Amino acid sequence: MARASYPAYYTFWHILGEYALKLSAWLVLFFLILPILVIIPLSFNAEPFFSFTQGMLQLDPEAYSLRWYQGIVENDNWLLAIKNSFFIGIFATLIATTLGTLAAIGLSSDDMPFKRAIMALLLSPMIVPLIIIAAGMFFFYTKFSLAGSYLGLIIAHAALGVPFVIITVTATLSNFNRSLYYAGLSLGASPIRTFFDVVVPLIRPGVISGAMFAFVTSFDEVVVVLFLAGPGQRTIPRQMFSGLREQINPTILAVATLLILVSVLFLLALELLRRRSEKMRGLDDTTR
Amino acid sequence: MSTGNPAAVEKLSRREYVLAQRELRRKKMFALALVVPLLLFLFFAFVAPIGTMLYRGVYNPVVAELIPDTLQALEQWEGQTLPDDAVLNRLALDLKRLAQTRKSGKLAEEINRHWPGASSVIKSTARRMKRQTDEALLNGGADMIRVANKKWQRVEIWRAIKKAGQVYTDGYYLTALDLERNADGDIQQRESAQIYIKLYQKTLWMALVITFSCLLLGYPLAYYLANAPSKTANLMMILVLLPFWTSLLVRTTAWIALLQTNGVVNSTLMALKIINQPIEMLYTEFSTIIAMTHILLPFMVLPLFSVMKGIDPSLMRAAQSMGAKPISAFISVYLPNTLPGLSAGALLVFIISVGYYITPALVGGTDGQMISNIIAFHMQQSNNWGLAATLGSLLLVLILALYWIYDHFIGASNIKLG
Repeated sequence: MARASYPAYYTFWHILGEYALKLSAWLVLFFLILPILVIIPLSFNAEPFFSFTQGMLQLDPEAYSLRWYQGIVENDNWLLAIKNSFFIGIFATLIATTLGTLAAIGLSSDDMPFKRAIMALLLSPMIVPLIIIAAGMFFFYTKFSLAGSYLGLIIAHAALGVPFVIITVTATLSNFNRSLYYAGLSLGASPIRTFFDVVVPLIRPGVISGAMFAFVTSFDEVVVVLFLAGPGQRTIPRQMFSGLREQINPTILAVATLLILVSVLFLLALELLRRRSEKMRGLDDTTR
Repeated sequence: MSTGNPAAVEKLSRREYVLAQRELRRKKMFALALVVPLLLFLFFAFVAPIGTMLYRGVYNPVVAELIPDTLQALEQWEGQTLPDDAVLNRLALDLKRLAQTRKSGKLAEEINRHWPGASSVIKSTARRMKRQTDEALLNGGADMIRVANKKWQRVEIWRAIKKAGQVYTDGYYLTALDLERNADGDIQQRESAQIYIKLYQKTLWMALVITFSCLLLGYPLAYYLANAPSKTANLMMILVLLPFWTSLLVRTTAWIALLQTNGVVNSTLMALKIINQPIEMLYTEFSTIIAMTHILLPFMVLPLFSVMKGIDPSLMRAAQSMGAKPISAFISVYLPNTLPGLSAGALLVFIISVGYYITPALVGGTDGQMISNIIAFHMQQSNNWGLAATLGSLLLVLILALYWIYDHFIGASNIKLG
């Protein structure tokens, strides 16, 4: 695309077309990223509005403040929500990752019966609308007194995280060279030792990125929380949801900015993992 | 592996064959054993809840549990004339008990769905019965009920009670499909408004518009990403993935900040003197569509990108060097090659948007509501769980049909996560 010289048969219209394409691609990117970027300066608003004040546009330091960030720290509801989000997210991730990784290993075996049907079932929590899942869980979990409890939410969020672990680990395993496993066996290691010393290190990047997806799924989930959580189990998204419905104030923007920061960190971690995994499998150009 | 190739199997001795079969079975069992814990977990955490919801659509024990004696007495009643005094006496007793345990409101709500106006009749009668002794009610309850409200003389309220008392019912499905039973018991179209069919149509229409917008925006972006020099492409990919990783609520919040009356878009347009009056954009169908397009766009870009990355650029050059105009080269060479990614992305975006709840709930106002929002309304506000369950079941059937198509043509395990 960004070639300095164009092929000989290119006319003026070809070149114009290429520029138009480039322009439209960047415009779409702005559409994707701009709404998120707008939130960040707005969260430093000194006034309780969701829009830029005159002072902010003139870059008057008086017009900016940290009062909404202070508002988070001083509000017990928000602090509880942050604690709950991490608590539920971490335990849901542990369950989803452990069970999901085992299942993915089983599924990648050639001897697995009903592979396709099982795969479709395991991935379905990602496809079925959350409102249906939430309503069903509300009916079913109430019978076991799981509604309004941490355990209920952890189980629910673990189920929602499973498909992501399955997808990432299966993808890693499909690139996994079986002969490495057999090499371990032929050199005299037991199957279990081979699994932990050879297989686990190689699929670890896939497992970790699956775990990250599972955690983010729980961390971001609000529909199930709306139906299952009691007042004591409010999470960050639940708190934002009621904030946006009832009384909009820039505290939500401050929380949103912190969440953007979290997602940037996750994205960076994931990118590092991807590079590492390529290097381990010898796919990286620089190691050749 | 020992499967396949019968020629190789023939050469095995009987004993070797048995051993090979046993080994194969052992491997199968081992693979299955790894999957079983997750299957059991998902069965409890996910499949059983959905099954319960499907069951709730035809099973409604609420009224049967509230007034069991009355319903038993009503069993023989034909529904043409008023029921006899024995039934009324039982009802008087049931109502007294409900009034004492503060459950008469729940009964009133349930009966009212079948015969609007029944709510106040039941509540006021129950209040009167509360003060009476059991003996008085058992002997003269019928008269007291008739005195309490003259609507008890209407046969319709009794029909409503009997109908609401059915534990298994197809009534919610009829309601969800805008049908009803007439006095003869035949199914016909509901005379009052066609609410739910219209809602399904509207939901599908909005999902289609969102899918099309994602395609329109995603295609050129994916094309550029796939063909740009790797440094630019990496930077652009990060800009696609950042929104993908950002919380849904953050992105919805962003659209509220942008679109509200005094929001960023309106104040910018006013500062540029393009408009004099702020435009009402938030809480409309428009805001739902634009916010959901923004949220679902990465689901379109990622599969398109991965397919386009694999297309040899010399194909297009070959077509053009042989004299094809760029547009016809694109339509007859490039576009068909991108169809797998295009259909994967479009189907995924469509499936996700049909069942979307959060964004329409926050930015949709009244005319941007989709089917999920009405299900939530019946779950949380109107407490009509049976109707919520049937509307949910119909939505589930629709989604599973789409998911089957996706799995059949694309493969569920090919979903792209960046």
